[in-house]
Amino acid sequence: MRVSEDDLQAFVDDRLGPEARRAVEAHLAAQPEDAARVRAYREQNAALRAQFDPVLREPVPDRLRRIDASRRSARFAVAAGWLVAGVFVGWFAHAFLGASAPPPARSFARQAALAHAVYSPEVRHPVEVGADQHEHLLNWLSKRVGVKLRAPLLAAEGFELVGGRLLPGDDGAVAQFMYQDAKGKRLTLYVSRRPPGQRDTAFRFSQEDKVGVFYWIDGPLGYALSGELPKPELLAVATAVYKQLNP
Amino acid sequence: MDPQAIAPHIPRLRRYARALAGDQHAADDLVQDTLERAINKRHLWRPGSDLRAWLFTIMHNVFVNQLRSRQAHPEESLDESVLTAASANPAPRLEIRDLETALALLAPDQREVVLLVGLEQMSYAEAAKVLEIPVGTVMSRLFRGRERLRLLLGGAPVAAPLKVVK
Repeated sequence: MRVSEDDLQAFVDDRLGPEARRAVEAHLAAQPEDAARVRAYREQNAALRAQFDPVLREPVPDRLRRIDASRRSARFAVAAGWLVAGVFVGWFAHAFLGASAPPPARSFARQAALAHAVYSPEVRHPVEVGADQHEHLLNWLSKRVGVKLRAPLLAAEGFELVGGRLLPGDDGAVAQFMYQDAKGKRLTLYVSRRPPGQRDTAFRFSQEDKVGVFYWIDGPLGYALSGELPKPELLAVATAVYKQLNP
Repeated sequence: MDPQAIAPHIPRLRRYARALAGDQHAADDLVQDTLERAINKRHLWRPGSDLRAWLFTIMHNVFVNQLRSRQAHPEESLDESVLTAASANPAPRLEIRDLETALALLAPDQREVVLLVGLEQMSYAEAAKVLEIPVGTVMSRLFRGRERLRLLLGGAPVAAPLKVVK
């Protein structure tokens, strides 16, 4: 049997049947140069494993584990479809260009905007628990988020509480409160536990496609108020929320 | 797919990325981009098919995209760091004896094949599937990659694949 280069490679990787292996062995016995090459290739395989196998035993960094933990947020991307596709295209383009990841606070605003974009157009099921069960709503969300929550009253700003729902976030459960004005315009207040390593912040604003987001971190919680409102109006509501939560 | 199913594959994705990308930070960036893409595209995974191969294919695509963007921004080229290291070497003729440096000097398409087969111990058919190329192409890249690696590790002078980057 004639021994080809592919046979030599397969011999290196122990992927030959017994007959072909014997043929290669016979070939190598007669061809010292090929035998030296094959030996070098086998040493390469061994060296690669010696060099890189220790990576298998390293603890997986948090930033890689977190992706797994935040997996459900991706579901919103599918649900929101075109509405938020632009946001994600931007995000991925950013990632592929190798630029540094946005700071956590920014991704927090983005997730809030995404959740707003998904649920605020809902006609029949905008919330899981309605404002008519106010006490139950707050007890349930507080328990799941792990911090005592309050839903601010925004009647003075023209918005009534519709209710709330529980969402998965990067650092555990997240509460979303939805408000609506007389014309049916909706705002959502997204409340999560403070991301690890984050300090209190002043108001920050982020425009995520059509959705404007004011967000801030205050004590144990991060807040994001999202809506398709002119920025000054949204700021007025955000200020009212902040004042009520910090009387 | 249950996204939890991805978690057991992370260590191997990291090992491959480390060998492919060189330093730890760049490697984990590659893994992170791969995982994000996998999570967001997980509805495209066919149940019953090989999840590991699917993840490695995604990593291959992310890696190729990164190379492209690096070519668009030559000041970020990997080659530059190699050149800098080379110029710091007082030896008149550059000799490569360290495996990681030699890997970095392989053409990326050869490096991928050498690693999928030699490090990940994939079959040639699996590697072909991951890289979306014919098995014959896997074999020729494997041969050329191994041979170049052998010459590099044997102290062959560095010439052809190093592009001088401004």
